[in-house]
Amino acid sequence: MSSSHQKDHAALAAEFNKDEPRVDWHDQTLWWVRQKRDKAAARVPEWELLRDTASQIKENVLSNLSGYLRQFEEEATRNGITVHWAADAKEHNEIVFSILSRHKVDKMVKSKSMLTEECHLNEFLHEKGIEVVDTDLGERVVQLAGEPPSHIVLPCIHKKKEEIGEIFHEHLGTPAGNADPQFLTHAARLHLREKFLTRRIALTGVNFGVAETGEFVVCTNEGNADMGAHLADVHIACMGIEKLIPQRRHLGVFLRLLTRSATGQPITTYSSHFRRPRPGQEMHIVLVDNGRSIHLGRKDFRSSLKCIRCAACFNTCPVYRRSGGHSYHTAVAGPIGSILSPNLDRKKYADLPFASTLCGSCSNVCPVKIDIHEQLYKWRQVIVQEGYAAAGKTAAMKTMNWVLSNPGVYHTAGKAGRWFMSNVPFTVKNGLNTWYRQRDMPEPPKESFSEWYKKNKK
Amino acid sequence: MRVGLFIPCYIDQFYPQVGIATLELLEKLGCEVVYPPEQTCCGQPMANSGFEHLTKGCNDLFIKNFETFDYIVGPSGSCVLHIKEHIHDPAGDIPNKIYELVEFLTDVLKVEALDASFPYKVGLHQSCHGQRGLKLAQMTELMAPPFSKPQQLLNLVKGLELIELDRKDECCGFGGTFCVAEEAVSVKMGKDRVADHIHHGAEVITAADMSCLMHLEGILRRQQSKVRIKHIAEILNSQA
Repeated sequence: MSSSHQKDHAALAAEFNKDEPRVDWHDQTLWWVRQKRDKAAARVPEWELLRDTASQIKENVLSNLSGYLRQFEEEATRNGITVHWAADAKEHNEIVFSILSRHKVDKMVKSKSMLTEECHLNEFLHEKGIEVVDTDLGERVVQLAGEPPSHIVLPCIHKKKEEIGEIFHEHLGTPAGNADPQFLTHAARLHLREKFLTRRIALTGVNFGVAETGEFVVCTNEGNADMGAHLADVHIACMGIEKLIPQRRHLGVFLRLLTRSATGQPITTYSSHFRRPRPGQEMHIVLVDNGRSIHLGRKDFRSSLKCIRCAACFNTCPVYRRSGGHSYHTAVAGPIGSILSPNLDRKKYADLPFASTLCGSCSNVCPVKIDIHEQLYKWRQVIVQEGYAAAGKTAAMKTMNWVLSNPGVYHTAGKAGRWFMSNVPFTVKNGLNTWYRQRDMPEPPKESFSEWYKKNKK
Repeated sequence: MRVGLFIPCYIDQFYPQVGIATLELLEKLGCEVVYPPEQTCCGQPMANSGFEHLTKGCNDLFIKNFETFDYIVGPSGSCVLHIKEHIHDPAGDIPNKIYELVEFLTDVLKVEALDASFPYKVGLHQSCHGQRGLKLAQMTELMAPPFSKPQQLLNLVKGLELIELDRKDECCGFGGTFCVAEEAVSVKMGKDRVADHIHHGAEVITAADMSCLMHLEGILRRQQSKVRIKHIAEILNSQA
């Protein structure tokens, strides 16, 4: 998808919208997940209290992060785990590679980890001659298709079962035209089992690191993280530094919120605790910063580090549902991705905070109460002030501001909508009037309200 | 009670009938209403595009026009929310005395009866800034008791039949400059909203925000649909 990086969200979304029935299908599929979330949340009488509590626990974590990180490192080390610190994506990738090299291993299984997507670990290792097999079913599908995930919880939600049938036919030798989900899942199971049994190193993500005990928790529905970690001689777990919670009992809040928010299930099928390596096994944790500590210093944006990657904001977002994950051209798409990504690269992701109507639904579903839509608004201000807005847009805004700041100019220019028709943002003429292409213009009335008022009331 | 009538710029220019309905309705309900003639815009189009730093002119003009009133009332949840959240009014209390029309009727005037009649099937579009920003109605994402201020008022109108929707509070896709910057998604969102209303038999789509309705109207007219749009002020002031 590297070529698509040249296009912005609007252009990529326009491409996605060329196939309207597909947009309808994508929208309805994700809306169904949102509805499942609503039903699951409604069954928990203290749902809103849980959200408040989770948000406050994470507030505490962010405010005391260095202390919790040291505690976590100390406890994990005491448990026999090797702890690594990576300042950025490059260091993270090199640490993983060094572990593989030391064991003279060139093949690895990996369960779901958005952090490794963020760090582009697969591409890095591929260049070093290492084969990585993603063992989450959805991730394996997109990996075989040569695409990045389009959704952080449902990586291949943009693929129809018939398309998955074709991919499996091409790569796994299933019969052409077979798109039966049960059959395809069984084929994937056989394919992955062989990988699990023969790989000596397994990498997993981390959902929660517990500072008090030095253990980490990995949540999956397929058990693929467990299968990988338990069969391998070496387990590498990669986690962003914000994934900590202070105590094990806090899982009672987060595990109840996570999967209800994500898929509407009461809990993930597997919520596995890893505390110490089994005899003869090596266990590593790579703690990754990659811009997080800079983000932590931004007053307006730090709370986005509370994110537990449930993707509820994706599923509820009317823009995401109708533009697809790849239109965000970043590892973490959707509303949360649009407030996290500008921290990593302001220029490359300058478009993302604008890929929203600011409807606010994302903030309402967020299980840790991140004010996502308010941060989108604030990122827009930062992006413009740092000079990433198009020059034409800046000039248009200055003109509009001048007219709207001067009542005399406004009323003269505005007579019966004349100035408005050609200058307000929704009708602005730029060769091709993008309002009019698919929508009729409002009909300008004979007189404006202010003209009517002057005649009739004064 | 002296009420300053805040008529957002695009309503002034394109939908004067909404301003007139708002004015008449408030007067009928016993308010002394004044329209400060020097008003223009709340500054939101610039601010939402990332140019809040340019809006000082609009900001100061708004304060000058409205600071002396007991209440400021406008028929637009979005513009009212923008003033409430973003006005820099160090001396005054504008954020506390500005109201969107619906909430002014239910919360300040405490309207329990209306002399209005509108014998049509009406679909209520919940404009996001009014709903999620000003909390005019409960939001489907929250696990909390339902309420709806616009519905409360529409229920007082004779002959009006409110239809159900599949998606009660999905955004229409207008979104200010979003509607042209992200044309494809904006139009698709609007088409889907319109389809939900039509599917449930709406003859008229109403909302407390004219900007959403302008977007939906553009789509309806392009589809040559017979479904009309009416701002909630027009319905509450209607003698059809």
